[in-house]
Amino acid sequence: MSKRSGNALGLATPIRAWAQRSAFVFFFALAIVLLVLGRASTPAVERVRTAVNDAIAPVLELATSPVATVSDAIVSGRELMEVRATNEALRQENERLLQWRAAAQRLEDENRMLRELNELTIEPRTRYITARVIGDQGGAFVRSVLVSAGARDGVAKGQAALTGRGLAGRVAETGRRAARILLVTDMNSRVPVLVGNARDRAVLAGDNSPNPELLYFSPGVQIRVGDRVVTSGHGGAFPSGLPIGVVTDVRENDVRVEPYVDWSHLEFLRLVDYELPRILSSPEDGLVKGGGLPRQVTPSAAISGDAAASATGESSGAVIQADGAVSEQAQ
Amino acid sequence: MKFSLWQRLDAIARSMFPVTATLLLIMASMVPLRIPELAPIIPSLSLIAVYYWTIHRPDLMPIWAVFVIGVAQDLLSGSMLGVASIALLVVRHLVISQARFFTSASFVVIWSIFALVAFLAFFVMWILTSLLTATLVEHSSATFQYLMTLAVYPGFTWLFVHGQRLFLR
Repeated sequence: MSKRSGNALGLATPIRAWAQRSAFVFFFALAIVLLVLGRASTPAVERVRTAVNDAIAPVLELATSPVATVSDAIVSGRELMEVRATNEALRQENERLLQWRAAAQRLEDENRMLRELNELTIEPRTRYITARVIGDQGGAFVRSVLVSAGARDGVAKGQAALTGRGLAGRVAETGRRAARILLVTDMNSRVPVLVGNARDRAVLAGDNSPNPELLYFSPGVQIRVGDRVVTSGHGGAFPSGLPIGVVTDVRENDVRVEPYVDWSHLEFLRLVDYELPRILSSPEDGLVKGGGLPRQVTPSAAISGDAAASATGESSGAVIQADGAVSEQAQ
Repeated sequence: MKFSLWQRLDAIARSMFPVTATLLLIMASMVPLRIPELAPIIPSLSLIAVYYWTIHRPDLMPIWAVFVIGVAQDLLSGSMLGVASIALLVVRHLVISQARFFTSASFVVIWSIFALVAFLAFFVMWILTSLLTATLVEHSSATFQYLMTLAVYPGFTWLFVHGQRLFLR
């Protein structure tokens, strides 16, 4: 090493300065080229991204497990302290949820009958892929996470990513064994939604802040604090009726929504494979989707669940889902 | 003096320590730590690493490596490609152009200069992201990320100093 630095010092200063400057200019220009290529979402750039995600996934998966162990140990220690109170609260909640479940089943039956009367086309079949979050949001300028499931597990671009509480985001890139989820808070995220009991149409737009904004609703529409925001299913990207959050702030030209998802405890995400022609996917994604049976990457019982939120989902899987969450909480 | 093959391989491995350590740190900062609200303001370790090594061993943090580190950072975090590279290249250029000054500077001075340089780097990233998305990107998490980076700088400097003693002597 000393030899090389000796050489560098031996060079005449102007030549060295010139070499340094031209190297700087060269790499600076290269970075700008990358910037432009990335902005134009060139397929080559996307392929590199997914390849890197795939390569990094096993490493991150390995690194995630000790963190999970430590964090689980802390949580279980804390839970041990208040096990009696929690038990009582859960018993009460369980009773309440059983009533909800009965109500949901009754409504579902009624719904099915009414649909039959109306000859409405049945909701498309949905299936879930559960994936562990292995890469966190990397800094101030982006809101996305990496999950440990990819094309081989049936993940395709455009699928909705859910936690037990509600919609977290959508699949933006799919590698073979890893996928990147663009969260609803990211500034590139736009989700068509329905607001409140009146089910007014709007678009939920992220801006990297914790509370995304509602855009493009009709001027006459009354939006109040506390209105529920759910996916509308317009555009065919998401199933309709997935809970997203509640309106927390209504001001002139600025309506804010607080998502149900607890961003600091994103541990598992369920990706919804919604079998409708999707406008957000490209033709080759369709090929990937067709292959293979649903594959559970991790046991779905491990999903941290807010059963009340999932029981409101409209797909036929919702009841079973609420069931699983109840049994998990009763343990 | 002639070196054996192993000695040469050993020397190469040692000289790769700064770049390898930086790439590992970028990966480590991606691991979900499940600490509430930490993820968006996770300190930018690549910034600290590039600053430190450019001051102390610029020969082991060549300009192409800085570029590669920036690309790796952007690819792993899912942010826009090229943004981190540009910020890190600016940092390296600033440090190299004032190399003479840093040779005699104390730790506190170097840390203070880092406050300025890191601010500039975050400002560059913020401006570029805003330009590319044609919106004024919300700046509070960038500000917090900057402050976090500043706060953890001494800790990582300590790590690098020990790494330098251990691997580079």
